[in-house]
Parts: sequence; structure tokens; C-alpha cells
Amino acid sequence: MYKLLQIELYKIFKRPRTYISFLAITALVGVIQLGLVKNGDDYVNFVMGNVMQSFSFDGKLLNGYLVCYILLQLLLVHVPLLIALVAADMISGEANMGTLRLMLTKPISRTQFLMAKFLASAIYTFMLLVWIAFLALFVSMFLFGVDDMVIQKTNYLVQLPVDDVFWRYTGAFGFALLSMLSVAALGFFLSSFAENSIGPIVATMSVIIFFTILSTMSIPLFQKIQPFLFTTYMVNWKEFFDPKVNADNAVIVGSLHKPERIITSAIVLIFHIIGFVGATMVIFKRKDILS
Amino acid sequence: MQSVIKVSNLTKQFKGLTAVNDLSFTVNKGDVYGFLGQNGAGKSTTIRMLLTLIAPTSGNIELFGMNLKKHRSEILRQVGAVVEKPDVYKYLSAYENVSLFAKLSGITVTNKLVMDQLEMVGLASRAKDIVKTFSQGMKQRLGIGIALVHNPQLIILDEPTNGLDPQGIADIRNLILRLSKDMGKTIVVSSHLLSEIEQVASRLLIIDKGKKLVEGNAHELFDPAQTIVEIETTNNSLALQQLQQSNWRNLLQPQRGQNILLKLHRNDVPALHRGLVEMNVEVISFQPRHNLEDFFLQITSNNQHVQAFTN
Repeated sequence: MYKLLQIELYKIFKRPRTYISFLAITALVGVIQLGLVKNGDDYVNFVMGNVMQSFSFDGKLLNGYLVCYILLQLLLVHVPLLIALVAADMISGEANMGTLRLMLTKPISRTQFLMAKFLASAIYTFMLLVWIAFLALFVSMFLFGVDDMVIQKTNYLVQLPVDDVFWRYTGAFGFALLSMLSVAALGFFLSSFAENSIGPIVATMSVIIFFTILSTMSIPLFQKIQPFLFTTYMVNWKEFFDPKVNADNAVIVGSLHKPERIITSAIVLIFHIIGFVGATMVIFKRKDILS
Repeated sequence: MQSVIKVSNLTKQFKGLTAVNDLSFTVNKGDVYGFLGQNGAGKSTTIRMLLTLIAPTSGNIELFGMNLKKHRSEILRQVGAVVEKPDVYKYLSAYENVSLFAKLSGITVTNKLVMDQLEMVGLASRAKDIVKTFSQGMKQRLGIGIALVHNPQLIILDEPTNGLDPQGIADIRNLILRLSKDMGKTIVVSSHLLSEIEQVASRLLIIDKGKKLVEGNAHELFDPAQTIVEIETTNNSLALQQLQQSNWRNLLQPQRGQNILLKLHRNDVPALHRGLVEMNVEVISFQPRHNLEDFFLQITSNNQHVQAFTN
């Protein structure tokens, strides 16, 4: 199994397509960071314009932590599309190239084959998130320094003490990994039906875009179905930046306002991952390889 | 004789279409087993079932005396196959492809093993080149190299000469003969080209519409009295005139192309050769062969498809 996983990773990282995601993330983060280095204060004033009049902050508002938060809000909606590029190609890509039949004439079981493939796409997803964390968090910390993190919620501002931020990012990235793995599992599942790469990649992207729109629109009809869409739970990494406050409205260090939301969302996402991968196994083990 | 493949009452249906219909056959150790049928006859479906790519609707497959379903991994360790096109990872080099599939076959991979394999199929000098740059013939040879890298006892080649030029076809034919005679491998080779199979197979199975038409030793299936000799001379029309005036005239066959054809008993072939020399006919080529096409006509009723099959 370990050897099979090694082979799958070797194949993934030998394909030029794999690096498109890393390059796209690098370019996007780089451009935004450059923009914020040049005009970051104007941007913050524009975004927080009204509340800034009744709020005084003694420190550096535009710091690495805030920049990372801005980047994650922009990026984590689009990263699923990059995940789909690899995960939705895992089985269908082999069928398309004609290598699937050669792989499956080797003395490896279909279960092993699928597990190795999914684990490889999970590792790719993990590496992509590590790369995002490196660029968005560590590079931003280097470029903008660190200070208390002030973020604007719908009706209020939250000021997280500088020492209370890093663990929240660790949790947020961990949660984001679960979200992205659910996308990878969906892509993997759709990949088992097709014999070309484009179909499942586009289908995965379409499902994510469609569900995300339904998940975020505050229309009563959509709100009824939102609990049943896994994309609704994917954005709950933000809960890590919603702390409890005491009677003086001061943040309680190390606290989460609604930890149950994070736990519920994580469980829902894990169930989706298991469900998609399990369904792929059931379908693929019975499938006649005609490609 | 020890059987390597034993197929009993194998049937495969796809949504109402019966691709393989109650097929039974046995391949013995050391056989070069020719698997013949026109396109769509069920050859590839059968081969895919032998390799567990397709699940049979009914029937039983035993390889090396073991049930394929129950002992899949154990069996596949001893099998090397090229199924239809020899598709490999085009973005990897020939070396990387051989190495990767050797690891999947469960063997210890060394540089020498991979290079020896590439040497055997004539690709050692292109070992580091990515497969995307290879011709069809080179890909075919690489596919065969991959199929053989783990030293399998049974080799299954599905249409191995597809897309190859005459030299490529001859290379594959020689490789099959070498694997059989020098290395004692059991080989199943499928084709719709009768002439190809005829030259390598010790035993034959002919299927049509998923059903077995005939199975047996190649030399027993052909009547020696139906041997065809194809002759090419420096002046075919003059040679034909001379033959028409000789005792061989009753054996002349309608011409296909420019060459002269005669049908005679295999034992009379040397006499014909001598006769041509005595008539001072300048022979460029003299090729006796079994009349497999006629054999097909005997065992199938549909002339039209047999014609398509043999062309």
C-alpha cells in the first residue's frame, strides 16, 4: 500500500498540471500582498470606514494576521476549483490515458488502488494548503509584522490579542483541510463514472459553485435546504475567529464563541468524505473496465 | 499436459448484448495460443475477463490451476499483458514507466533490470526520453517490455501488431517466437490478422460473435492438400504462361494482385520449386502457406464478413 501511494504521488508531482494550482496561488497571493503593501491602509480605511470613526486602535491595524484573514476569505472559495483539477482526474485521467487497464492487471486490489489514489489526492490537498499557509500567513507576517487582529463581523468588531491568533489559524487551516478533502472526495467520486478528465473536473467545479451560491444566499427558500448542502459547512473555518467575550466585551483568550458549530461542521464534512469515498469504492469495484 | 488457462462456459452480457457466449477453452503450458476473431468477435472481452478487468456474467476461469476470482493477486503476479493499445504514462520516460509498473508487479526493481528490459525491446537508447515523443511501434515495444519486466509465466498480447509497420510486425513475431522457444513462456496472442497468427501459433482458437468456432493444433486445423504457394518472379506474365503450358496448370489459382498462386499438397511444394528452376523462371520470392482464408470460409457461413476478416 505504501509503495502504491508513493507511485501515485510520483505520478501526481510529475505532471505539469499539478503545479498550475501552486503557481496560481503564488501569483494571486503575491499580487494581493503587493497591492496591500502599496495601498493597504487605504483598503482597510475603505472596508472599515464607518466603524473606524467610533473605534480607536493603538497599533498596526494592517498586520500579517489581518492580511492572512483577507487572503483566506478570498482564496478559500476558489481553492476547491484547484483541488478538483487533480482529484477529479485521479480515476478518469487513468481511463482517458488508457493506463487504467494496465494498472488493474497488476496484482493490486481495486480497494488498494482507490485508497492509494484518494490518499495521494489528500496529500496533494494538504500540500496545497500548507503552501497557502506559508504564503498567506508566514510571508504576510514577514511583510506586515504582527499585532492584535481586528476583524469586522456583521454587526461588530472583534479584536483578538496578538498572542491569541496563531492557534486560531492552526485550527482554521485544519478545518480548511477537511473542507478541501470533502471537495477532493466529491471529485474522486465523480471521477469514477467518466473516461475523460474534463467531465468530472467541470462537474465538480459546477457542483461546488452551485452549492456555494445556494449556501450563501439569504433567501428563505435556499435557507431551508442550506443545512443539507455540505458547502454550507465548508466556510465555518471563520468560527475560529469568533471568540467569547466577557461582561466588559473583552475577548476571552483561547475561547471560541460557538465551538459546537465547528464540531458539527467537521462531523458533517467527515461523513461526506467517507460517503463519497465509500460510494466510489462500491461503484468502482463492480465496474467493468472498458477503456 | 499442464493447463495454464482453463476457461469453462464463460459468458459476458452487456445490457442485452452477448459479447461472449458459453466459451470454453484450455491453454497448455508452453503454448503459443492464437486467439482469432474479427473485430467485435469477443476476443478483447475474453482477454479482459482473463485479466479481471471485466467480471463474467457466468462461467469459470482458472489460471495456473487456481480460481481467478479467489486468487487474483497470486495469479496476476505470474501474468504479463498488453491489452489493445499499449498505453503508458506519456509524461514519464520509458525508464520511469518500466520501473513504475515493475514495482506494481511486486518485484524488486534495479537499474539493471529496467535497462535489460528496455534493451530487450530495443529502447535502451531512448530510456530517458518521455513517451510522448515515441512512435506507435516504440510504444508497442515499451508495452511489451512492461508486460515482461516481472518475468511472468503467462503473457497475454491483445492485437500486439496493431498500428505497426512491416518491420515492427516482424519484430513482434520474432519476440513471440523467442519468448516461447528460448524462455518457455506460455503466450496468448489475439489478432484479426490470420497471417500473423498462422506464423507463430502452435494452437488456435477461433471465435465469432462470442462463440467458439474451432479450437485445436494449428497444423491439424489446416489440410496439407490445401497449401497455397505464392510466387513472385522477374516476369510474372511470362512465368504464368509457362505454368499454363506445364503439368502444374490445373493447380493455378485466380490471382490476387500481381503474384502467381497455386494450390497443392504440401508434399508437392519441393517439386514445384524444382519445376520452376527447370523452366528457367527467375523467382524473386516463393512462399508456401496454409490457406487459412479458405479454412475460414469452410467454418463460417458469412462470406462477406470473412472477406473483411481476412483482408
